[in-house]
Order: sequence, then C-alpha cells, then structure tokens
Amino acid sequence: MSRIAIQAMGLTKWFGEGETKTTALREVSLTAQFGEMVYIVGPSGSGKTTLLSVLTGILKPNAGNVLLEDVNIWELNSDQLADFRLRKIGFVFQDYHLFPRLTTAENAAIPLILRKTPWDEAVQEAKKYLDVVGLQSRAELPPVKLSGGEQQRVAIARAMSSQPDILIMDEPTASLDGDTGVAILSFVRKNVLNQNRCILVVTHDDRIYQFATRILQMEDGKLKVTEKSGT
Amino acid sequence: MKGILKLAYRLLVNDRSKFSALLVGITFAVYLMMFVTSMFSGVMKHASANIINIGAPLWVMDPYVETVSNSVGMPAYVLDAVRSMEGVKYAVPLYSGGALVKLRDGNYQTVTVVGLDDTSLYGRPELLEGKIQDIYAENGFIVVKDAEFSKLENPRVGSDFELNDHRGVIVGIAQVATSGLYGIPTLYTTYERAIQYIPNPRFTISYVLVEPKSPSDVPLIKRQVAALGYRARTKEEFMRNTEDFFLYKTGGGTNLLIMMLISFTVGLSLSGQTFYTFILENLERFGALKAIGAKNRDLVFMILFQATLTAFTGFGLGIALCVMLILLARFRLPSYAAMITFGNLGISFGMVLVIAGVSSYFGIRRVLKIEPFEIFRG
Repeated sequence: MSRIAIQAMGLTKWFGEGETKTTALREVSLTAQFGEMVYIVGPSGSGKTTLLSVLTGILKPNAGNVLLEDVNIWELNSDQLADFRLRKIGFVFQDYHLFPRLTTAENAAIPLILRKTPWDEAVQEAKKYLDVVGLQSRAELPPVKLSGGEQQRVAIARAMSSQPDILIMDEPTASLDGDTGVAILSFVRKNVLNQNRCILVVTHDDRIYQFATRILQMEDGKLKVTEKSGT
Repeated sequence: MKGILKLAYRLLVNDRSKFSALLVGITFAVYLMMFVTSMFSGVMKHASANIINIGAPLWVMDPYVETVSNSVGMPAYVLDAVRSMEGVKYAVPLYSGGALVKLRDGNYQTVTVVGLDDTSLYGRPELLEGKIQDIYAENGFIVVKDAEFSKLENPRVGSDFELNDHRGVIVGIAQVATSGLYGIPTLYTTYERAIQYIPNPRFTISYVLVEPKSPSDVPLIKRQVAALGYRARTKEEFMRNTEDFFLYKTGGGTNLLIMMLISFTVGLSLSGQTFYTFILENLERFGALKAIGAKNRDLVFMILFQATLTAFTGFGLGIALCVMLILLARFRLPSYAAMITFGNLGISFGMVLVIAGVSSYFGIRRVLKIEPFEIFRG
C-alpha cells in the first residue's frame, strides 16, 4: 500500500487587501503518494507557483494545512521548517540558480554543505549524483561551461544529493529546447522516481505530460481536473 | 559552519573582479588613513623632539608656552624657588633657542641651540665621537648627527663656525632619539655659553628641568609652581600639549580630519558599493539557498564572513602599502616624518570595521528580505 507523501487540505492564499486583494489559491486540497510523479499544470496566473510555495513551506497559506510525511509543516517554527526542507525536499528551480563561481560538483554539494557535511566529503558525495545524471566528467567545470540541459541536470543532482523524499521541479523545461526537456524528464522518471520518493512538477509544457503518473489541472486558484497520464 | 564559511569564501574569492575591486577600495582607504595619521604622528614626534631627547620627567615653564620650541624666558629666581620646593630632588636650567651660524664657506645656517646645565649637563645626548667633558672647552659645541647634519657641511670634531661674532668649535658628535621638526641642525653647549653667545632678552631660562623625589610628588610640585605663577608639566603632558597646539591651533587637526573623512568616504563608497553590488548579483542565489533550507543566520554568517575577510585582507594590504612607501621615502629622506603607531593602526582598523559593518548591514537587510517565493517566480 502506497504511503502518502503530501497531503494538503483547504489551502487558501490571497495577496493584498481591499481593492488590491488577489486570491491565488481557493480551498485547494490534494494528496500525492510516494512513487508518484504528479504534474500541476495550468495557464500562467492559475496559482501553480503559489501552490508549490505553500506545499513546500515557503509561503504561508491564509487557511488550510499541509502534511508532508504526516508532519504539519505550518506548525513548525522557521528554523524547523528550513531544516525540514533541507532534509526532506529537493528543489529544481526554473532558472537552475547555480552559483557560477563554484564548480559543478560544488554546486551539487550545496544541500550537503548546508547540512554541515564537511566540504570535501560533501563534494565527493555530490559527484556520485553527477555520475547518476551523467555529468561526472564535468564535475570540475563551472556551470557556465555547460549547456542548458547539462545545467538542468546539475540542478537535479543538487536536488538529489541530500536524498530528499520529495522532489519539487518548477517549470523544469522552461529554459530548455523541446528535445532536451523531454530527455530530462524521461531521465527523471526512469532514474530519480522510486517507491520512496514523490516528485511534484509544475509545468505548462504539454510535451512532457507523458512522464507524469498523474496530472492536476489548475485554473483560477482551484484544482479543476485530475487526470491520469498515459504512461 | 566551516562548510558554509568555505562556501562564502569561494563565492567571494572566485569572483575575482569584484573581490579585487573590494580589496582596492579597502586597501586604498586604509592606506590613506594610515598615511595621513602616520604623517601626523611623525610630525608630532618631531615637534616634541627636545622633550623626548632631554627626557626630564617634569618641566617648569611660563604658563603661555604652547610648544617646546616656543619658550618664554623666566627670571633666575624661578630656578632658585623650584629648587627649594618640597618634593624636588633637583632642578636645573635649560636654554633652548634659535641662532644663525656662519659656516666656513660663508653661508649662513639656522640652528637650534640647547644649553645644558653647566654643573650636571642634565639631558646631554649620547656621543658618537668626542668626550662629553670637552663641552667645557673654549667655544665647545656638540653637533647632533641627524638628517640635518649635512647642512653644517658635515662637520668633524675640530670643525669651527661663527655664531654671533663668537667662534664655535665642534668637540663632539652625538645622536638623539628624535630629530627636530623644522629641518634645522641642533647644537648642544653649556647653558652659560648659550646665553653668552646668543643675543637674549632679560630673562634667559627657557625651562627648569625638575627631578621629583618620587612620582607621587609631582602634583605637589605642580601646585607650588602654580602658586609661583608658572606652570609645571610632566613630559607626557608637555608632549600632549604640543600635539594639541598643532591639532587645534594650526589647522593641522582640520586637515587631518578632512583626510580621515576622505579616506573613510573612499573606502565606504568603493568597497561598500561593490560589496552591495556583489550581494545584489547573488541575491537570487541567496534566495535559492533559503528555499533549499539555509537558515537566515547561515546567510548572515556568510555575508559577515565575506565582509570581514575583505576588510581584514584590505587592512593588511593597506598597511603593507603604507609601510612600503614610508620606507621608500625614508630611503631618500632619512628624517621623513611619518610614524605608524598602535593608535594609527587602531583608527584604521576601526574605520575598516565600520566599512565592513555598514556594507554587510545593507547586504544582510536585502538578503533577509528576499522571499524564496520570488525564486519560484523565475
């Protein structure tokens, strides 16, 4: 029986007050299990990014609760929440946000360094994940020497290096050409997803929908449709 | 924490252009600050040369005396009165004044003449050549071998000159701890010969040098001297008074303050702005670190470490540059008036800390304000 990785109940989030008030999430509830690769899709401004931020403890909702592995994250204080994210969640950002002055291996080691792993040990550990994403030969290069697809893979290695239970990918193909995007998500589906990991992907790139185990459609701050992927 | 600090170090140092700009800013500011304060300290040391070289613990003088080189003559009874005061072990007169000597080649040269007490020769310099008792010989003078020595045509023992129609003969060559401020040679002779050779007003004692029976007697002696209508200052007080005169009554203090402000402004504007730009350029990455799970205090440590590292490195380079230039200047001008003191170092270090503090304060504010949420917006 699958375990629940993410459980959100009645999430509501608005920005501003009075006339400028904008509601980004309207009583959103969802569940994602380990072994699932769940896509949240929808047009720009539908609330995908806000939902992702609320689910990962980055943005506090005005109402509702988020349970990650049965922990109500919004009951944690800011330090506990940061620590929880560091240990349980891996992030792949849309623009990668790699440090151009560090080597690829050092970039991939950042979560481990933040977890107080000694520098050399962290870099060695990170190289294993660069190997997984096929970039060990590029370990000593700075990210600027890599292609967009390779940088995305470094970002994936960085997210994986702390062995997170939940992997968050925000518009992972936004900066990539079509083929590279498909290759990256195919790689993630084959090599990163397993029964002890849940992957949440925010995207509006329908070329990669094929890799989802489930697709959640968002519109105007609400989850409209839940559809199964063909894969 | 070590890993985070190393991360901060790599982010800073690997950005070579920014790091260089930061170092140039701090180094230049420290150099300016060190140089101007060292010059001032050096000038002050030279201005107090006679106080340092004579070395008397207590100086009695006219109350209107502001620097050691501008004495006001005191009548002879002051010496007698001081000698009879309670707490005084002994007291001797000192003459200090300017004179014009005519050299062998017919040129004239201004000199400082110090007339030592005939009996004790209290405050005599250390001789390099000659014997001290020769100062009692007819027309005997001792010349100080300092940077100004050559202005007297590099005299030897036996060289002579003319002083106010009197013949003077060099009987010894001496060295002193500090040469004077005004770039003129110094001659030592006896008090009696000094007042005999140099035209003087009615009162001839420039200072009465006092040796108290014990340091605890100094306040008592001061009170008794004040009752007499004169003033007694310890060596340190007299040096400080001389410093205050140059600081507050000559415009030197204003210039010093202006230069210090310029150094601070240069440092703050160059380094502060560069550091802030460095933080702004990495702001999104700091945000990413926050999203990944870095705590605010981790990021604060990183920024403080980067600012401190830059500040300390720049401080070291600034001092090295200053020392190098002072040594270079001394190579050409041995009496070059610049002196690095712990006070100078302290002032520069304080300035560097303020620059680092202000730079990191604004950087930290920005980093603490950034919401990881913004990172997801791309």
